Amino acid sequence: MTNSWTDIKNTDLVLIMGGNAAEAHPCGFKGIIEARNTRGAKLIVVDPRFTRSASVADYYAPIRQGTDIAFLLGVIKYCIENDKVQWEYTKNYTNASFIVGEGFTYSDGLFSGYDEAKRDYDRKGWSYEVGEDGFAKVDPTLQHPRCVWNLLKEHVKQYTPELVERICGTPKDKFLHVAKAISETSAVDKAMTSMYALGWTQHSKGSQNIRCMAILQLILGNMGLRGGGMNALRGHSNIQGLTDLGLMSNLIPGYLTLPVEADVDFATYMGKRAFKPQRPGQVSYWQNYGKFFVSFLKSMYGTAATKENNFAYDYLPKMDVGSYDVLRAFEMMHQGKMNGYICQGFNPLMSFPNKDKVRAALGKLKFLVVMDPLKTETARFWEDHGEYNPNNPVDVKTAVFELPTTTFAEDEGSLTNSSRWLQWHWAGATPPGEAKTDTWIMAQLHLRLKALYAKEGGAFPDAITNLHWPYKNAADPQPAEIAKEINGYVLEDVENPTEPGKKLLEKGKQVAGFGVLRDDGTTACGCWIYSGCYNEAGNNMARRDNKDPDNTGAYLTWAFSWPANRRILYNRASADLTGKPWDPKRKIIEWNGEKWSGYDVPDIAPTAKPDTIMPYIMTEEGVGRLWVRGLMKDGPFPVHYEPFESPVVNVIAPKIQGNPAARVFKGDMANFGTAKDYPYAAVTYRLTEHFHYWSKHVSVNAMLQPEFFVEISEALAKEKKIEAGSWVRVWSMRGSVKAKAVVTKRIKPMQCDGKTVHIVGIPIHWGFMGAAKKGHGANTLTPFVGDANIETPEYKAFLVNIEPTTPPAVA
Amino acid sequence: MTTFQPLDVVRRSASVTTSPAPNRDVEVAKLIDVSKCIGCKACQSACLEWNDLKEPVGVNVGVYDNPHDLTPNTWTLMRFTEWENPTSGNLEWLIRKDGCMHCEDPGCLKACPAPGAIVQYANGIVDFQKANCIGCGYCVKGCPFNIPRISQVDHKAYKCTLCSDRLALGQQPACAKACPTSAIMFGTKAEMVAQAEKNVSILKTRGFDKAGLYNPPGVGGTHVMYVLHHADQPQLYAGLANNPRISPIVEMWKGVSKYAGMAVMGLAALVGVAHYAIKGPNKVSDEDEAQAKRLAEGKS
Repeated sequence: MTNSWTDIKNTDLVLIMGGNAAEAHPCGFKGIIEARNTRGAKLIVVDPRFTRSASVADYYAPIRQGTDIAFLLGVIKYCIENDKVQWEYTKNYTNASFIVGEGFTYSDGLFSGYDEAKRDYDRKGWSYEVGEDGFAKVDPTLQHPRCVWNLLKEHVKQYTPELVERICGTPKDKFLHVAKAISETSAVDKAMTSMYALGWTQHSKGSQNIRCMAILQLILGNMGLRGGGMNALRGHSNIQGLTDLGLMSNLIPGYLTLPVEADVDFATYMGKRAFKPQRPGQVSYWQNYGKFFVSFLKSMYGTAATKENNFAYDYLPKMDVGSYDVLRAFEMMHQGKMNGYICQGFNPLMSFPNKDKVRAALGKLKFLVVMDPLKTETARFWEDHGEYNPNNPVDVKTAVFELPTTTFAEDEGSLTNSSRWLQWHWAGATPPGEAKTDTWIMAQLHLRLKALYAKEGGAFPDAITNLHWPYKNAADPQPAEIAKEINGYVLEDVENPTEPGKKLLEKGKQVAGFGVLRDDGTTACGCWIYSGCYNEAGNNMARRDNKDPDNTGAYLTWAFSWPANRRILYNRASADLTGKPWDPKRKIIEWNGEKWSGYDVPDIAPTAKPDTIMPYIMTEEGVGRLWVRGLMKDGPFPVHYEPFESPVVNVIAPKIQGNPAARVFKGDMANFGTAKDYPYAAVTYRLTEHFHYWSKHVSVNAMLQPEFFVEISEALAKEKKIEAGSWVRVWSMRGSVKAKAVVTKRIKPMQCDGKTVHIVGIPIHWGFMGAAKKGHGANTLTPFVGDANIETPEYKAFLVNIEPTTPPAVA
Repeated sequence: MTTFQPLDVVRRSASVTTSPAPNRDVEVAKLIDVSKCIGCKACQSACLEWNDLKEPVGVNVGVYDNPHDLTPNTWTLMRFTEWENPTSGNLEWLIRKDGCMHCEDPGCLKACPAPGAIVQYANGIVDFQKANCIGCGYCVKGCPFNIPRISQVDHKAYKCTLCSDRLALGQQPACAKACPTSAIMFGTKAEMVAQAEKNVSILKTRGFDKAGLYNPPGVGGTHVMYVLHHADQPQLYAGLANNPRISPIVEMWKGVSKYAGMAVMGLAALVGVAHYAIKGPNKVSDEDEAQAKRLAEGKS
């Protein structure tokens, strides 16, 4: 979230699209109710299904899954044509005026630079025109035909309300109602919050779904404001922490990136990360990359990281492909190229697409280690559970080790929530049986590996044997020790250059924040964005003071919010070019002629003059990006593409159909079904009663939603002679499941491009372990295709068929 | 939070004795604003957890309501209704938390023949006293909301206690505490009626002209009340009673017929006394004795 859960109450309009907050985030939903009761805020829900969120909404509009970009580009067009743009904001705080280089084209769903064989773009042609001063050229009058604003206007032109209805199935009047309500928040005293979740990410163009809304929020002037923002509702209590700490195959903590093979040395790697400002005087904060990166290497390798060896840069793995995301990992496992797998707090057999492929892949491993508090399906993939998990244990050669771990309630540490708050928690219970903390298990593995390398050597033992391991009890690192390491500490005294004789940094102290990190090896920091969480003031994550001056929702003394305890990102943009808040009632920070101050930690240097230094300090441009140059693999603007399995032809680009840059493995291309054999549009989702595949182990939750079901409309039920509560078989190109039928008015057939599209809703929560009734997992059906940018699988839009059937054989 | 004097009994089933004059200043109420409810079932799980109840894992029968009805273990249940509003043409998903309404004039208590099996406290809570329950099921018949359920295990009646045990310690009911959207609120009845007025006025500004408080007079008002968007049509919400009142059979049985029955009994006793006064006690004649002797010896 750019804002926070406690900020939702400040909004005038809540748009829930690409998520279902009432269903999946019931506790956070209270902010919406408060905004409605205290400010008269409105709630609009756009979803293929009439959800629990829709049940309390002021307005509901249906949309066919996988068509959000068409809808949102239509809204952008509506705002532009009806002059519902926050012009001052758009002109000054976005790259609307930047001029794009000659040669850029877009036609029939493809941007210039596409290579069909590679399914990839050459993105060089998407750069700005550069002036003689070395900076990007701009046209503040927005007249230049190749300025971003005019390119955007041209790009959205075709997304008329009629086209939106044809693609999305949203009736024109409903689309216009929603578009109008959204456009009204372009007023300086109105804000809209966008609350989204996996309904936007789990698509082959998931990243562009979100970018599309970001563009809209920028031109409405809703970014950086109280009650505004792009608010990603994270699906686990600590999934924000997972990405922050870099648990992606190509990341290291704090959104730094692992080197690739071409980054042959430190200089090459850093040379690609110069982040030179694109406009004069702009901050481009990533210019500090080297300080964060070197401090990270110091925390990893301690004294083994020296200036002479480039701070042990060579110890880091170098990626030979773009990423080893989970889809690729299982593809490799399936091909027999990956032999061992450590599965920590993770249930891929249930969570990944194409369950049959995942089960086969696990069976090709030599060993599988599962660290989990529960008996997961993945740990028992080798068992025979009849049609729920057909297998012959005798044939499975994989050695499986189950290491029981503690749950969150049985150990101490911090969780990072959607609001970016690091909240410390304490153990509430003693772990049962042999359960151990994850850190204890990892420490044991590490010490044993280290001993083996020390004894037997190896091709390159240095990276393991030199790993910095400063814990009091090497076999059991304590959460506070790790937190202090993540915060960062000073390794050598540093003199103050302006006051000789005085120390800027004192050896052995915790650093105050990332602002003092250095690239000369004098500081260490495990994750720069978390710096400040455990400094000399103590464990700031454990703060529990809930005072909130003037009820702004900031709560600066509650826990710690990254970065720098800032509660609303881009909050400098809440004030105009003179530093006055756009809306005095929504003041966050203000320029008093000398410095910035207010309710939140300013997202700008305290003395940065408002008319010269622009608010988006993390971008090279200093402004928000309506246009991206090379950061998005699949285009500088979002385009409507159909899901890889779609009931209709892509009306804007019939030849392209799905995202041309989405990642598809060879064997999986043949595993897509067509509307001829699989006529119904399926979507998978969560229910309030359950949390993923965990809560079915709890008898109360299991009782509240006991059994796997699918949801269909009354019309489809009638057509297929399916009765409510009876058994149905649902099958896709990947597999087949049996489930109970819930026949509902909450799902209605849609009319898309003259065709009736029926929707089949498939909740995900059942498997063959736990207290609930055994069920076929929903991911038996889902396709193995990943988003172009972050490889998230397309769980939200695929094709199935359905028929009445008999109950499953008792397993 | 004050404690709500939960143990001052003001009414007791099948008992003529009444308590000392109670202080009714602290009548409590739970207010359920249906328009704020997202149907998450946190209240339902909190009820099971606090009361240490176990409901077996059932099956899906084509709806979200699980279990499919109240049971001796499920004292509160989310009921889901899909309704197409003919005026607006919009679908509405009406979700109501069902459970004991804690009537001011409780039909269960009136119907109960077991002394002290059902009591009403000074704060308005209607509570079942398991030790005195005979499992006859008359409370089920007596309830205008069809709430109590008889356990097949111990043959006792069960329903929501409004967490009278938590109240005694100054805690609100478990369901209210668990509710993430403040759809369930708890306080004195006066506070909750005032809160309801606020909630209703907000609903009216949102276009729900018929929004209102459900506090049915037919049972003397209730200590569990609803704010409904369509207060003119309570039956839309999974068949919530439009105008609940105690069954006429119970009223008659415990009302007119009770006194008529007592009158008949009294009359019979009077006749007996009169008979005695006139005729005197029965006397055994010699002939009777001889007859009895013959019978005892097996001779006819």
